[in-house]
Amino acid sequence: MHKDVNMVYRNIRISGSDPRSISATVVGVAVTVVLCLGALAPVARVLGGARPASVRLAWDSFHGEFHVGLDPLSAVFLLPILVVSPLAAVYGGCYLYSFRGRKSLVAAWLPFNLFVAGMIMVVIARTAIVFMTAWEIMSLSTFFLVAFEDENAEPRRAGWIYLVASHLGAAFLFAMFMLIGGRAGGLDFDDFARLPARGPVWSGVIFGLALVGFGAKAGLVPLHAWLPEAHPAAPSHVSALMSGVMIKLGLYGLLRVVGFLGRPAPWWGPTLATLGLLSALFAVALALHQRDAKRVLAYSSIENMGLIALALGLGLWAMAKGAPEPAVMAISAGLLHVWNHAIMKSLMFLAAGCVLHGTGERNIEKLGGLMKRMPWTGGAMMAGAVAIAALPPMNGFTSKWMIYMSLLKWGLSTDGGGLPALLGAGLLALVGGLVAITFVRLAGIVLLGSPRTTDAANAHESSWWMLAPMMILLGLCLGAAVAPGALAGLFSGAVAQITAGDRTTAARVILPPLGTLGATNALVIAMLAAAMGGMAALTRVATTGPTWGCGYAAPSSRIQYTGGSFAATVALKLLPRVLRPRISQIAPRGLFPARALFHSDSPDPLTTRVYEPFFQRMGDRFSRLRVLQQGQVNVYLGYIVVVLLVTLAWAAFRGGWGRS
Amino acid sequence: MEAIAQGVVHVFLALALPPLLLGVIARTKAFVAGRVGPPLLQPYYDLIRLFHKGSVISETTTWVFRLGPLVGMTTAVLASLLIPLGGPTAPVSFAGDLILLVYLLGLGRFFTALAALDTGSPFQGMGAAREVAFACLAEPAFFLGLVVLAKLTGSLALAGMLGASLGAHWATDSASLVLILLSWFIVLLVENSRIPFDDPNTHLELTMIHEVMVLDHSGPALGMIQYSAAIKLFVSSALVARVAFSAGLGSGWTAWSVLVIGILVIAVLIGVVESVMARLRLSHVPTLLVAACLLSAFGVILLAR
Repeated sequence: MHKDVNMVYRNIRISGSDPRSISATVVGVAVTVVLCLGALAPVARVLGGARPASVRLAWDSFHGEFHVGLDPLSAVFLLPILVVSPLAAVYGGCYLYSFRGRKSLVAAWLPFNLFVAGMIMVVIARTAIVFMTAWEIMSLSTFFLVAFEDENAEPRRAGWIYLVASHLGAAFLFAMFMLIGGRAGGLDFDDFARLPARGPVWSGVIFGLALVGFGAKAGLVPLHAWLPEAHPAAPSHVSALMSGVMIKLGLYGLLRVVGFLGRPAPWWGPTLATLGLLSALFAVALALHQRDAKRVLAYSSIENMGLIALALGLGLWAMAKGAPEPAVMAISAGLLHVWNHAIMKSLMFLAAGCVLHGTGERNIEKLGGLMKRMPWTGGAMMAGAVAIAALPPMNGFTSKWMIYMSLLKWGLSTDGGGLPALLGAGLLALVGGLVAITFVRLAGIVLLGSPRTTDAANAHESSWWMLAPMMILLGLCLGAAVAPGALAGLFSGAVAQITAGDRTTAARVILPPLGTLGATNALVIAMLAAAMGGMAALTRVATTGPTWGCGYAAPSSRIQYTGGSFAATVALKLLPRVLRPRISQIAPRGLFPARALFHSDSPDPLTTRVYEPFFQRMGDRFSRLRVLQQGQVNVYLGYIVVVLLVTLAWAAFRGGWGRS
Repeated sequence: MEAIAQGVVHVFLALALPPLLLGVIARTKAFVAGRVGPPLLQPYYDLIRLFHKGSVISETTTWVFRLGPLVGMTTAVLASLLIPLGGPTAPVSFAGDLILLVYLLGLGRFFTALAALDTGSPFQGMGAAREVAFACLAEPAFFLGLVVLAKLTGSLALAGMLGASLGAHWATDSASLVLILLSWFIVLLVENSRIPFDDPNTHLELTMIHEVMVLDHSGPALGMIQYSAAIKLFVSSALVARVAFSAGLGSGWTAWSVLVIGILVIAVLIGVVESVMARLRLSHVPTLLVAACLLSAFGVILLAR
């Protein structure tokens, strides 16, 4: 697989310009940039407190009207779409241009623009029809993007898994919307919001369907299996958008539907929070020992989605118990982390894309020492790693801090979460420690030390078309780190909408602690700068020499610690057996060892142990139905006639002729 | 006025006292072994000497290598400003500062480990791998201990959690407090690379944890690393002392003297532990750390009534 990629990157640089590719790139990038920047103004107005707006159009072809709207909840989720998409598009313009002449760039840009438009439509849709149409546009267009490099087996497999997973998830959503629509007497979200009093069982079923359908898109364990396959296979700017933005729309859908159901039932919050925490633990345990840099990032996305789900779950829990302040705190923590994760994960995926572009490698064991050859990408990746490991003074820390605080406050309050929430905080600390290992390993093995292969030694820095979007994202991360209060102020309308409170109360709860935190981040940055200044003054004589090899005279880059050995203490000893990497080896024996072999693989245990056997068996069962597939038109016409007759007969027997 | 004076004393103690703890530990070990031992102020002389030296920087390294010791020292100093010493509060204190404390130490470790990987040396990579692996178990143990204090005092600021109200709980919830003291003492030994987890004086690189990670640093950078290690030891000892002696802490300047004596007692205790114990096998370290996590978790569970 990696060899193929390598070849591609070697060969592409020679081919000249070709007008079709240029126009596809220019149009593709321009459409996204213009669309998103144009849409930023109304979103900013709504975030600033303007009244929600909506548009209704008569629509003959489907049930109901065409109805879209913009309220604070939509605006909060639109913001990352509108900010990250144009940056990803500009980056992708340069990234994909190297495929010109070999692949049709139209085939990349058409689905990309549909993808961005689909995401926007999902968030502003106000009827189930528009929502599901946009949802499908989003899923299908990303299928084409995941499978863009379809000459390789890996993207084909990833695209297939993604397609199946999306549609299984969508099936639950169809069922959910039909159930709600049946009760509400229409498919417009306004009808849903006016639903009469509902029984706990019915609401519970709706919540369960939403949790499965939207959870699959959000990558919550155990519905995450598509994510670590699809995100690495897609071109990097698409991975950035999928991981940074698209999977959040699963949580948007969940919040939207929960909003229709009135006050949450007592079990929803704890369920979502537990699922979130378990997802985070599961995903970080696997992220820790992946060898593919983009798979590390994909698992880290699942982990972060788990953290957001934990926060939102706490919010629902507090709402169910009628505790407005903890609810406001937890929901804002979740929404803040949505934004923070969107920018830092896009940054990391774009940086990983630059590494792939510059070396042709995604396997971290074949990289190393890139900081010297790719200083800008390296710096951005390093800062992104600090942010995503939730360390101060970066933005990841602010939202993680909010999540900790919600958990602790909810655990300490008299009729709150109690013991489970307090112990959950301990597990969150464990997640934090594991994430730190994951990103020390990723940044350290990829960027530092000496190059492990010639590809890594000959790496080249990317052009500014690719670096500039990363620098903008880095700037946004720093901004969110020192001024989290400003962001939370923008999100307070949505928090108020979700918790059924009002905007000023929400702002009063969250702004003071975030102000302190922003100041703390600024203090850490200032102290670091001061220390650096002091160090520059202190250093007297600095000479250079080789690394001290503890007396070993002929060191090479191969004696370095590898990603596998770096993770080994935790991955091979501490993790539960199912989550460990699979290792097959023949150790060298005797004085003249004949052959030795070491192979390590980190597959997803759920995929290999549950889903693959299950779908294999299903596939075997269904292959018996192949007798139906005769390949003759008259047989198929016969089937249609039979189905038609059966349906007519059924309708006649139910006596429903005139009614429906 | 009193508050400002206490703040000045806090900063002075937090910056000046840490190397003394290393001296006390060394003298205690020498006493138990029947030797005279180095002067009590030897760590200060060492630091001064290091800060006057030039340094050698490996050709393999980048700016990350030079940033490592700086981040380590900055975070250690900031951490020492977060925990209350003798006074009712700390120079930097707000609701939720306990999380900042844990994550600041995490940031220091993050960059120390990256600086180690930057050298491209297998030994340093090994040290970094061990350090982060053990830290990820020490963190929950430490954090759950903080949760116990938060639950007892109802506060989420370190000043409140370790404040005057904690002392009264020794009468009612001593079981939880004993459990977290045990757990924290284990964490203290691990985080500060003391025997039985790590031996700061060993001469075999293969068995080291922290020391092997910083093999390539020299001159002022090494001085900074040793100084920040001393501050970290001071911070952890102060935390343990604040909990252990909370009942008899008193107020005003008595509290300061009680706390300083308490910290020195803990340094002596570390010296005694180092004298009577051998190093654990590396593979047994995680077991003990998991035990520390469980001790803290039981501390939390005992409070849930």
